[in-house]
Amino acid sequence: MTLNAILITGRTINQGATIENKTSLDYQEATALCELNSKDIGILGIKPGSQISVKTDHGDVVVKLKENNGNPDGMAFIPMGPWANAVVDPDTKGCGMPGFKGIKARLEPTDKKILSMKDLIARYK
Amino acid sequence: MTVITDALCPFCGCLCDDLTIVVENNKITDIKNACKLGSAKIMGHHRIEAPMMRADKKSEFKEVSYDEAINEAASILFKSKRPLMYGWASAVCEVHKKGILLAEEVGAIIDNTATVCHAPSTLAVHEKGLPTATLGQVKNRSDVVVFWGSNPVHAHPRHMGRYSVFAKGFFQEKGRKGRKVIVVDVRKTETASMADEFVQVQQGSDYLVISALRAILSGHADVVPESVGGVTKEQLSKLVDTLKAAKFGAVFFGMGLTQSISRYKNIDNAISLITELNAYTKYVITPMRGHYNVTGFGQVCSWETGFATAVDFARGAPYYNPGETAANDVLMRKETDAAMIIAGDAGAHFPADSVRHLARIPVVQIDPYWNPTTEVSNVVIPVAICGVEVEGTAYRMDGVSMRMRKMIEPTLPTDVEILEKITQRVRELRGE
Repeated sequence: MTLNAILITGRTINQGATIENKTSLDYQEATALCELNSKDIGILGIKPGSQISVKTDHGDVVVKLKENNGNPDGMAFIPMGPWANAVVDPDTKGCGMPGFKGIKARLEPTDKKILSMKDLIARYK
Repeated sequence: MTVITDALCPFCGCLCDDLTIVVENNKITDIKNACKLGSAKIMGHHRIEAPMMRADKKSEFKEVSYDEAINEAASILFKSKRPLMYGWASAVCEVHKKGILLAEEVGAIIDNTATVCHAPSTLAVHEKGLPTATLGQVKNRSDVVVFWGSNPVHAHPRHMGRYSVFAKGFFQEKGRKGRKVIVVDVRKTETASMADEFVQVQQGSDYLVISALRAILSGHADVVPESVGGVTKEQLSKLVDTLKAAKFGAVFFGMGLTQSISRYKNIDNAISLITELNAYTKYVITPMRGHYNVTGFGQVCSWETGFATAVDFARGAPYYNPGETAANDVLMRKETDAAMIIAGDAGAHFPADSVRHLARIPVVQIDPYWNPTTEVSNVVIPVAICGVEVEGTAYRMDGVSMRMRKMIEPTLPTDVEILEKITQRVRELRGE
């Protein structure tokens, strides 16, 4: 029911196509998701489309599970954006760049709902 | 009805210059040749219609006049001891010039979106230089193309068609059939699925893999273990043979290198590999720049200040030290006491800790669209869209500058007009 994974973030075509429309549900659908391969999804015991909790040393976020068999075992991918950035490593390692890739994450099924962009950012106020 | 041909796309660093735009009654009604990313931006979305302000970030915005918003923005920058001015990549170079002047006058740190993209590449270029070429050269000459830690199918959809993989060129008449395409990535991406050779590295192992390739290339295969970063020595040796056999090799790299553990050292090592390959044949390396004019900010900032980004004017003269003066450095240290975010979205693309600090300090946003930065702003000034409603200069990912024409007339002020007025107001507040 729990999966320890290495998290990376990055661009996707749907993230890019909705990037100037971040208040839309389309943007949330494109970026509030976590991709795992089918073997890892099997470990979690839930189906793609279910909510998944992603926790790291830097935060936690609930996103939608998506299958991507291009991922190696134990690799989670969240498209770049506010949901991914809730859990990335802020340390710039002395060169200005935070840790957007290679973060240890714990993934679990959850019933919690996915926060909207506004509600997600409201957590920081 | 007006038809604009050979229009430039204001989305990604490919800066495609072959779009056809149909305009009716100052509205764009059709686009030809653009990819999904470019079409989505040019066809437009919901805009912020009027300037807005609020004192408390938990309260609702109230619409105000442009003069009120500009006065408040100037007052915030004037009162700030450590202002940050961040964004810039979705604006033309003329905007950058005005922004850098304002940053100098208020003693700000000015940084652009490269800070979460290719700024580590700039650090590597300081160390090693950049053996590179225009995309035209790649199109006309390349017979080996490598994408390392980049996924153009998603991030630069027309790159392969126009410049690299499929493009037919003067010395490369066969296009795709005349090229070997190699993809190095941690995931089997859609780009990797189209490659002749996919090299799957373990996340965070790029530096090791590049070092192994350099060792084999220099005749020291004996020191390379049987597997490096998840790649077999056999595949690495085969890869070196393929690279050496090229007449003209082009390597494109992305966030897989800049954002992984070794950051700029990955690029430093990759540039060394390219330099060494040039002992055998011709090789070039180019960063896959994200925003259409993120390269332009680096150019303007370099000629105005001597540095490409993360420039600190607090001392009265430009000072640059990413790790100390980059946007996330100063936000994470809670050093910044006010911010202006323009033509970039720190609220969406910075780690939570940085956004948390933005939520605590006065923030001015200058942008056409409502986004996560709006959610943490006090003053929001909507503007015309550069490259669609505003003409100006932009730089393609290979450093070629091009003039963007206006597609339609703006209905809102431009970034340049707003920055000029803020600068004027700051001077008045200083008693000049």
